[in-house]
Amino acid sequence: MKTIEELNKIREDALGKMNLRKESQGIRVVVGMATCGISAGARPVLTALLEEVNKRKLEHVTVSQTGCIGLCRLEPIVEVYEPGKEKVTYVDMTATKARRVVLEHIVNGNVVNEYTIGAYQK
Amino acid sequence: MNLYRAHVLVCGGTGCHSSNSDKIIERMEEKIKEKELDKEIKVIKTGCFGLCESGPNMVVYPEGIFYNHVKVSDVDEIVEEHFFKGRPVKRLLYKEVQEENNIKSVNDVNFYKKQTRVALRNCGVIDPENIEEYIAYNGYQALAKAVTEMTPLEVIQVVKDSGLRGRGGAGFPTGRKWEEAYKYKSDKKYIVCNADEGDPGAFMDRSILEGDPHSVLEAMALAGYAVGSDQGFIYVRAEYPIAVQRLQTAIDQAKEYGVLGKNIFGTDFSFDIELRLGAGAFVCGEASALMESIEGRRGMPRNKPPRTAHKGLWQQPTVLNNVETFANIPIIFQKGPEWFRSIGTEKSPGTKVFALGGKIVNTGLVEIPMGTTLREIIFDIGGGIPNGKEFKAVQTGGPSGGCIPKEYLDTPVDFESLSRLGSIMGSGGMIVMDEDNCMVDIAKFFLDFTVEESCGKCTPCRIGTKRMSEILDRITSGKGEPGDIEKLEELSKVITDSALCGLGQTASNPIISTLKYFRNEYESHIFEKTCPAGNCRKLLSFVIVEEKCKGCGLCARNCPASAISGAKAKPHHIDKEKCIKCGACIERCPFNAIIKK
Repeated sequence: MKTIEELNKIREDALGKMNLRKESQGIRVVVGMATCGISAGARPVLTALLEEVNKRKLEHVTVSQTGCIGLCRLEPIVEVYEPGKEKVTYVDMTATKARRVVLEHIVNGNVVNEYTIGAYQK
Repeated sequence: MNLYRAHVLVCGGTGCHSSNSDKIIERMEEKIKEKELDKEIKVIKTGCFGLCESGPNMVVYPEGIFYNHVKVSDVDEIVEEHFFKGRPVKRLLYKEVQEENNIKSVNDVNFYKKQTRVALRNCGVIDPENIEEYIAYNGYQALAKAVTEMTPLEVIQVVKDSGLRGRGGAGFPTGRKWEEAYKYKSDKKYIVCNADEGDPGAFMDRSILEGDPHSVLEAMALAGYAVGSDQGFIYVRAEYPIAVQRLQTAIDQAKEYGVLGKNIFGTDFSFDIELRLGAGAFVCGEASALMESIEGRRGMPRNKPPRTAHKGLWQQPTVLNNVETFANIPIIFQKGPEWFRSIGTEKSPGTKVFALGGKIVNTGLVEIPMGTTLREIIFDIGGGIPNGKEFKAVQTGGPSGGCIPKEYLDTPVDFESLSRLGSIMGSGGMIVMDEDNCMVDIAKFFLDFTVEESCGKCTPCRIGTKRMSEILDRITSGKGEPGDIEKLEELSKVITDSALCGLGQTASNPIISTLKYFRNEYESHIFEKTCPAGNCRKLLSFVIVEEKCKGCGLCARNCPASAISGAKAKPHHIDKEKCIKCGACIERCPFNAIIKK
């Protein structure tokens, strides 16, 4: 490494791999991964979310798992937490739906209403 | 492609390592691979978290879930329940993080809330064996900027402006030291890092070397650029094998990435660093003795003047700084000297790392802004005294320091305030004592250490400390005589005034300070032949309490000196002349009928 530019490039790349450790100021996407979730197929949803987030290099987004959210019959459930906004709960998710959520909600800021719990109960 | 959804940070410092943290990591990686989670969960070995009492420590990000006292046998459960099924293992959680419906992040725990981690900023956060993680958190930015955009004098000015004072114990202004070495003209100058850390109970430097070695390397290179040196040495004690290995790895990686070696960042500044191992002598932590040791001679201090900044290693201008001092340098450049000044007090800016030990709940490493009171450190961060015992005194500065009693608990900690109380800041060892500690015995403990470690070059230290040690030995064995205290006081003054180096000059501090605040304990030992704390064995009598004794005879059967006698089912009796005070009878008695007084 011979220049400051090279140093900065290494820094950017390395930071990207470590952003999980910072207190997240950005968006948290949480997938229910208890027995109910896993048996309903939450793992492919989780994998799809991770792939999309990484593909688009969304550095302020962390994807993690949680236990049973409570609405077992509606699993797989994905919750999106954004500071300053209300939590959005997506139910009955699939890998395909998850990819759409990443594109429309996380990247473009438009909640995909038809997948939310509000829409389901109607 | 990076698909990780969790980072598991496991402490790999010496403390947790000796509790098998490396085997924990090994098993965890194995199990994660078994469950095919190896592309989602990354396990990273980091440096010291500081909460050594709760080790082996582990934190799972992004939530910051803090597990403590982890054993190798717990790993399978953690992987199955937490990583695979999403249910954190409650019984392993650090007790404070468990709230009703929530698990607090490790960063919100009381232990860390009052701390300001500056020198320890990367410990427990990055993988010290991966230079890229150091770079991710702005590593080597300071060096890059300095060698390409600043002049050596500008670099020195930043350090002077920050007000940083040496963290090895003396508190000499670092900027001034660098400026001194800069001024002396020579074609060869040296930068030396003092990583000998001789104080018993101190492990601040060890944790920095094991957890963030690059911060020291970057700082040494900065110093080299500032004063005009191209060669650095890190003198590290051989008793720190993990630190030695991490340092060597860091040096090799730094050379690989071009931040050490020839033509750094394309300029004509070159800097190399080599390791030199100590061999177990406390005196080699003294600057001039350390340099004698590097030069291949017996570690014995030199006469000063000339100071080492003028004629140091191989009689060339040398900057010698402590590990913690160096660890502060890169961040001072990154965030600016005014930021550093905003922490701490006016005469002592910045923070200090303390190694809390002794009778305290949260043994470990803490870093606090200067000006924090002793009470906050010991009770708020340290968790207070275990087993409901009363605080008696706190010893700071190791064998060169003094004891501070409870009247002064609200003293804000900084260089001047501790000196005023008769102690010193020292390198940061802080040993807490409770009602069961005997202050005379404590003074004897530290003095015996100093006697062992005296190099022998100057008479006051070689002979004086030995005489003081003999007096203390007599006092604690019940053979103290009137006049002993006065003899100790006189010897202390003479040795302090005439010893050649810091070891001798400060050897009397434990005695002077315990005499100042606990003179009554000395007097009890000498005149009444008792130890008020119940500690000094030779002054104690082991006595069987008749009302409690059932005459079972267990004590008599186990006494190695056959000092106990008595009829069956009748209260027994200990013969004081025969009793060797081993305590076997107390251990055996099922009725707690034997006491020491």
